[in-house]
Amino acid sequence: MNGSYRPTWGWTKMLEINNLVVAYGGIQALKGINLTVEPGKIVALIGANGAGKSTTLKSIVGLVKPVSGSISYEGKDLLKVPTKDMVRTGITLVPEGRKIFPDLTVLENLKIGAYCRNDTKEIEKDRDWVYELFPILKERNWQLAGTLSGGEQQMLAVGRSLMSRPKLLMMDEPSLGLAPLIVKNIFSIIKEIHSQGVTILLIEQNANVSLKIADKGYVIETGMIKLEGSGQELLVNEEVKKAYLGEAH
Amino acid sequence: MSFDLFMQYLTNGISLGSLYALIAIGYTMVYGILRLINFAHGEIFMMSLYFAFYGIAIFSLPWYMTFLVAVLVTAALGMLVERAAYKPLRHSPRITIMVSAIGASFFLQNLAVVIFGGRPKAFPTVPMFTKVIRIGNISLQALTLYIPVATIILLIGLHFLIQKTKTGLGMRAVSKDHDTARLMGVNVNKTITVTFAIGSILAAFGGIMWGMKFPQIVPTMGLIPGLKCFIAAVVGGIGNISGAVLGGFILGVGEIMLIAFLPGLTGYRDAFAFVLLIVILLVKPTGLLGEKTAEKV
Ligand SMILES: Nc1ncnc2c1ncn2[C@@H]1O[C@H](COP(=O)(O)OP(=O)(O)OP(=O)(O)O)[C@@H](O)[C@H]1O
Ligand SMILES: [Mg+2]
Repeated sequence: MNGSYRPTWGWTKMLEINNLVVAYGGIQALKGINLTVEPGKIVALIGANGAGKSTTLKSIVGLVKPVSGSISYEGKDLLKVPTKDMVRTGITLVPEGRKIFPDLTVLENLKIGAYCRNDTKEIEKDRDWVYELFPILKERNWQLAGTLSGGEQQMLAVGRSLMSRPKLLMMDEPSLGLAPLIVKNIFSIIKEIHSQGVTILLIEQNANVSLKIADKGYVIETGMIKLEGSGQELLVNEEVKKAYLGEAH
Repeated sequence: MSFDLFMQYLTNGISLGSLYALIAIGYTMVYGILRLINFAHGEIFMMSLYFAFYGIAIFSLPWYMTFLVAVLVTAALGMLVERAAYKPLRHSPRITIMVSAIGASFFLQNLAVVIFGGRPKAFPTVPMFTKVIRIGNISLQALTLYIPVATIILLIGLHFLIQKTKTGLGMRAVSKDHDTARLMGVNVNKTITVTFAIGSILAAFGGIMWGMKFPQIVPTMGLIPGLKCFIAAVVGGIGNISGAVLGGFILGVGEIMLIAFLPGLTGYRDAFAFVLLIVILLVKPTGLLGEKTAEKV
């Protein structure tokens, strides 16, 4: 179950968040959270609506500016890196709500995922890999992305993010609104991506499935980290079971 | 009206429409990328004429050099306006930016009065363009034919840039969603600068050809063409480049045909644009090609 540990970067912590405080107009959405992601791992972040999950990812990529705290990535101060340079450092976000470009074709959406790269040959290889992961995207190559079904758009959002060849792939609810069969498909693809050496930070409503594939999980509640532990530990934790996994588990 | 005369009017209309189209594109591209009406665009058009005027009248450069330099200086002016009047307000409410746009427009107009003087100047003509040619029974200035040809070449270039290049891809992404474009690694500020440069370049081409067609320049001359081309962009569906071109041609041909068929209304030719605007806003508020747009820059 555990992804192969690849210490290629020499950092035991790839991403490290310390005491991060984020406020929207005076109201604190994150009240000092600590979170680390080790290279080669899958880390899951779970929590109720409004807990601050998306805010966490948005502050990592610089889309929201924190009040205080620090975020470092491979030893660099990430708060000094503007959003447009995130992909160049190896961080990619699949944003909440897909945010594909509806007026661009499927192929153009993939191309813009590789916007920061110039190695045409390698880009083509990655595109073919994305087509392998999501054959439907190859079929819909020339279709405007806005006309894809919800599930296909989600696949495109994931495919687009892979085009930058990320080292750290962050996904904000990739399975939202998808049929159970497609959810299963998305999760097996996440594992496939991970097996290629990509580190993953995953937000999911679907706590059960995400904790099953995660090396480590965090439970976030009203802007604070409530629990932290291995995926297995959290899966059997009584509190987690009650709050996020439903009585049935 | 004889067929020949009709053709003569039509050619004139297409020629005028080409100029409107070139200027209208600047409005629509800036709107597409910033949701901002660049009220200074008409003044950028006016400035391009003065740049060309001084190139020929003072530095006596050959016409093609002059035009090239004027186009480049106009592009720089467009980027400067963005830098000075809009960039500092990137996160301000839209009304603030609009006031700044109106301010930039007045500023440039008055700057032109101060620097160039308020009295009309005669725009230098190039015989190669102003000579009269006859096709059958129609006689036209060569320019009337060259303008649509030059416009089509520019439009093809623009289409290529937007559809086939990486810069164009970035522009299309930014016009949809700044934050997501940033996440993809697109330099949004640079893309906006490029957009202003392109809009200004097209306005400069339009301006120089305008100067040869109507060879008199004054600092206030950006106002009416600017307003009309803004209307052309709205009529076509603002944000949509094809729409701006279509709107420009409708306005140009419509205006000339109004004069041709109802000579009594010649004095109202400028009103035609406004009537058209009102009609379109009533019938199709999003403009002719608004709504579903594949090319919304
Ligand atoms: N742009 C914003 N302006 C004001 N408040 C915001 C903004 N974005 C988020 N918030 C608030 O911050 C809190 C955390 O939001 P966030 O989007 O991070 O939650 P989340 O954990 O991702 O929830 P969900 O599971 O519903 O996506 C919420 O209370 C939300 O209302
Ligand atoms: Mg969220």
